Amino acid sequence: MASDRGAPQARSVNRPPPEAKSLLEIEGLRVTFGQTAAVRGASFSVARGETHCVVGESGCGKSVTALAVMDLLVQGAQRSADRLQFGGEDLLTLPAKRMAALRGDRMAMIFQEPMTSLNPAYTIGSQMAEVFTRHRGGGRAAALERAAGLLGRVGITAPGMRLGQFPHQLSGGLRQRVMIAMALMCDPELLIADEPTTALDVTVQAQILRLLAELQRDLGLAILLITHDLGIVARIADKVSVMYAGEVVESGATAPIFAAPSHPYTRGLLRCVPVPGKVKRDELLGSIPGVVPRIPPGFVGCGFRDRCEHAVAGCAAPVPRQNAGGGHEYLCRLAPGWAA
Amino acid sequence: MLKFALRRLVLALLVALTVMTLSFALTRVSGDLAISIAGASATEQDVALIRHAYGLDRPLAVQFLDWVGRAAVGDFGESYFFKARVSDLILERMPITLTLGLTGLAIALVVSIPLGVLAAVRENSWIDRLVQLFAMIGQAMPSFWLGLILMITLGLNLGWLPISGTGSWQHYVMPGIVLAFSAIPALTRLTRSGMIQALGSDYIRTARAKGLSRLSILGKHALRNAAIPVVSIAAVQLGFMLGGSIVIETVFALHGVGFLAWESISKNDFPVVQAVVLVLALIYIALTMAADLLNGLLDPRLRAQ
Amino acid sequence: MRKAGLILGGIIIGIVLVCAVFAPWIMPQDPFAQDLDNRLAVPFWMEGTKPGYWLGTDGIGRDYLSRLIYGARISLLIGLLTVVTSGAIGITLGVVGGFFGGRVDDAVLFAITCRLAIPVVLVALAVVGLLGSSLTLVILVLGLLLWDRFAVVARSTTMQVRNLDYVAAAWAAGCSTPRILLAEVLPNIASHLAVVATLEMALAILLEATLSFLGLGVPPPLPSWGLMIAEGKDYMFFSPWVIFIPGVALFVLVIGINLLGDGLRDLLGTGDTR
Repeated sequence: MASDRGAPQARSVNRPPPEAKSLLEIEGLRVTFGQTAAVRGASFSVARGETHCVVGESGCGKSVTALAVMDLLVQGAQRSADRLQFGGEDLLTLPAKRMAALRGDRMAMIFQEPMTSLNPAYTIGSQMAEVFTRHRGGGRAAALERAAGLLGRVGITAPGMRLGQFPHQLSGGLRQRVMIAMALMCDPELLIADEPTTALDVTVQAQILRLLAELQRDLGLAILLITHDLGIVARIADKVSVMYAGEVVESGATAPIFAAPSHPYTRGLLRCVPVPGKVKRDELLGSIPGVVPRIPPGFVGCGFRDRCEHAVAGCAAPVPRQNAGGGHEYLCRLAPGWAA
Repeated sequence: MLKFALRRLVLALLVALTVMTLSFALTRVSGDLAISIAGASATEQDVALIRHAYGLDRPLAVQFLDWVGRAAVGDFGESYFFKARVSDLILERMPITLTLGLTGLAIALVVSIPLGVLAAVRENSWIDRLVQLFAMIGQAMPSFWLGLILMITLGLNLGWLPISGTGSWQHYVMPGIVLAFSAIPALTRLTRSGMIQALGSDYIRTARAKGLSRLSILGKHALRNAAIPVVSIAAVQLGFMLGGSIVIETVFALHGVGFLAWESISKNDFPVVQAVVLVLALIYIALTMAADLLNGLLDPRLRAQ
Repeated sequence: MRKAGLILGGIIIGIVLVCAVFAPWIMPQDPFAQDLDNRLAVPFWMEGTKPGYWLGTDGIGRDYLSRLIYGARISLLIGLLTVVTSGAIGITLGVVGGFFGGRVDDAVLFAITCRLAIPVVLVALAVVGLLGSSLTLVILVLGLLLWDRFAVVARSTTMQVRNLDYVAAAWAAGCSTPRILLAEVLPNIASHLAVVATLEMALAILLEATLSFLGLGVPPPLPSWGLMIAEGKDYMFFSPWVIFIPGVALFVLVIGINLLGDGLRDLLGTGDTR
């Protein structure tokens, strides 16, 4: 377990077993920026200890959903939801101060841009320690000791030396490891990772993903991973939510969705990914024509209809949520099993 | 860092030498010094005598090298009017000018940093617009006029502060406020734009994601980065303020270096004028160099280079 | 909001410009005619004002409104000619440094650094003090001292333009260097320079007033606004309006020029050139 690898007081030992109860529940989440509806009634839940991937093209509301959960939306954004609960706390009514107390403690987040996400003016050690002293109190020395332990845990050599270094002295991969270690300082229940590997080299990407999977297993973390990369989803996700134009258009366990994608958008996404053995040489790789549209508030019907090859006039009406069995749901007029 | 400091030092010395040449040329291109010193009623003989006595009959190059050599060891010659060593005159009055300059800078920083931060935190609100309007008004206000207006209002009408002179610390308040106004617009705008840039950065999002308090996010994470250019510009502004002290010292009859320069200009006392120009330029050069080095210390990215 | 600033600035400058150009026809009195029996007459908003002297008279009985209108001429003339002089120096240095780079650029940067080390007010005062005050000398001295910002902005914008494709194309087509500088570079950095010109003009007007106030600028009896404040200083505790009126005129003109500059900056999208 983690404790012998340098992450002291791992709380995971006392946690209820995974799948016991949803840790994060989102129902009907809506976020608008002026005349743009970025998230339109997204719903999904993340259980303790599971890895939940939110996947989709850029601009379809994945990052905004994550930021809305953390209450980190930019000024001017409007957030509302039918239900937004985290570990028994109602995030919709939680005062800003108590929300801040939750962030970095029970829920932590890492970002897409490791190069700019650390403050250039402070050392790694100082930035890591302040999370711990802020939420857990105690001396700076104890916080630094824990930081060193976690740096070792995320695979950084000579952690003691790194604590005294500034972000600009570290490579992108190292900085992302620092971000992960910093997120783990207070032993959070949920780690939100927003495209954590997009800005990194392919080899480093693989290392970071392996690290996340390991941490998830060892510490019993729940991970909400935002990505546009279906390869990543296939490798580490327990559950998947496919987002398009601010809605969750398909969700369920990973294997059924990859085996029988039921929303035309999910099928389109999967067709864009070359799978060795399945794709023949010289065969053209699929692509989805068009781009993610900007949706105004009050939009009705299927957001994908302009790009969908199965679209009919009826798609402009509200779309039913259909059950393909075993918690596999999708948002489309087409009946379950249509693609088979 | 050491290499950077050395290069900066060489540059500073070169600039100093150039300014010395210019301030020497300044007095020589503007006519025959001997005639100016002797005055209008002097005879040809008097002028010749003075020319010899002050060494003005020597070749220009010799005069220049002699002056540079002496100036390098702090000997600026003797004042024609005050009949005293120029270096003594300047040393005697420098404390007043420095007090004024530092008072002005302190007031400027105390006003502009909070205003700039406030404007940035409330970007595009009416507070932001008000702060920007204030900066524009400060920029358009003629300093000598502001000085006179303050004298009439704070000094005469309200009687809060003494109108002129150097008797007590109160005497520095009004001149300090006026001098501060020459730096407030630039410092406020710089703080504002620096804070806006910092607040929109990814590391501030990280700080918020860490659940830090608002005070820590603004004061520790954002301001620290926004302050780096402000600190270096503040040092440069202090240099400008010392140069501009001539106006304020004259308005408020503060007998500092600026006042000395103004007196000397009206008395054709060139050794003093030359020396004050040089000393103020050297202080400015030293301040900009200090600002660059300070920048290197404050910004870890520069420190490494 | 910004557009309102641009319009307001334009109106202010328009009024001052009309006053300056048509001064001889607008002035109600001779601005130089003294009338010792009619000293320090009060302006129209105070009790006991004299008809025909809207803004009263100064310490030796000259009509204040006429002097104020004539003073607009001096301020604008100095502002414009200083900007032309300093612009010519600064733009030349900046464009040459930015375009050729290397040693040439090092030399230009060095010149800018040296210029910034020189205390402007002090040196301007010293030169005027040595050579005697005159309008021409003030313009020349300020023009020779205020080119630094032109050089800084011209240099950085030229560096950006130099690397653009069409300049490289002109280069490849065998255009001569002066032709490229005049026909390709200069028009592309002109909008940035226009904004600098407004800032420098405002600064030049303020500096002229300062020099005149200290008695080493525009020689009397010319009615420079700075000189009017200096002459009014002796009466300011009893008749504050004598320094109030020219000061407000100066302040409003400078605000107008700054508003125009800010408006231009937004209109031309030239970013922050301060």
